[in-house]
Amino acid sequence: MRPFPIFLEPPGGTTAAPSGAAAAAAQPTAPRPRAGQRGWVPGEPGLWVFLLGDMTMFGVFFVAFLVQRGEDPATFAHSREALTVAVGAINTVVLLTSSLLVALAVRAHRDGARERSRGLVAGAAACGALFAVIKVAEWATKLADGHHPDSDLFFTYYYLLTGVHFLHVLIGGCVLTFWLRRLGRAPRAGEERVVEGCASYWHMVDLLWVVLFPVLYLSAT
Amino acid sequence: MTSLLRSRVVLVWLLLVAATVVSLALGSSHGVEGDAVEAATVAVLAVAFVKVRYVGLEFMELRHAAPPLRIAFEAWIALVGAAVVGTYLLA
Repeated sequence: MRPFPIFLEPPGGTTAAPSGAAAAAAQPTAPRPRAGQRGWVPGEPGLWVFLLGDMTMFGVFFVAFLVQRGEDPATFAHSREALTVAVGAINTVVLLTSSLLVALAVRAHRDGARERSRGLVAGAAACGALFAVIKVAEWATKLADGHHPDSDLFFTYYYLLTGVHFLHVLIGGCVLTFWLRRLGRAPRAGEERVVEGCASYWHMVDLLWVVLFPVLYLSAT
Repeated sequence: MTSLLRSRVVLVWLLLVAATVVSLALGSSHGVEGDAVEAATVAVLAVAFVKVRYVGLEFMELRHAAPPLRIAFEAWIALVGAAVVGTYLLA
């Protein structure tokens, strides 16, 4: 009897291999499934617990915002008009573009095109920086116009939601910087998994904004 | 094969940008009132969750990921999407 066999198996191990797959069963240290293969997970499984948890926290924020809007639709509609919808839309396109560059970087990495991958990640980081500059400029404009976090509940949520998302952009910037530094060094074993993990985090930053934009800028009319 | 994958993510990106432009047009349409605004907002919110699905399936490469992961991701979209649209309409 083997106690805690789960600890003895590699991630995505062969315990569940069908009895017919003798070749697979004879390979206790089978490599983890590659992209697109059966049972594949981008990055680490644990990362996805964190990402989905983070996304769910944002889901609760979105619903809370809409509940508050239902209590005082007039104030929310009036304060929303102070936001420039086009700015939110431009930032959506900026983050979608950064996400595309990251997706292309992962594919270039798999092709062994390290320099190309590096250029793509640098481009994604530049898009992230552009998003941050636009966001800070938007905050500055709103504050100058007298819209503060304590002006009304709409602006409390506006600064809270965009602020927490901004924190994710900053963390994402650190993740992309780490990725760039890694690409500047010699390739290491297991690197693809690290790259996928970094990419998944950045895609989540994009994904959250894709929902945040219509909820905040468009739904309070 | 890889060039095909590349053109596929580029195509997805183009569709996502197009959807953003449509949402912007729908969301900032002036002169419409009442039910039309509500319908437009529901459409914009629904489009956002469809966009999220494509970011997940294509950019995050979850389309062919292990079933528990893909199911969890799709469940998030269904639950949060329904909660957001439902709260918008009912709250």
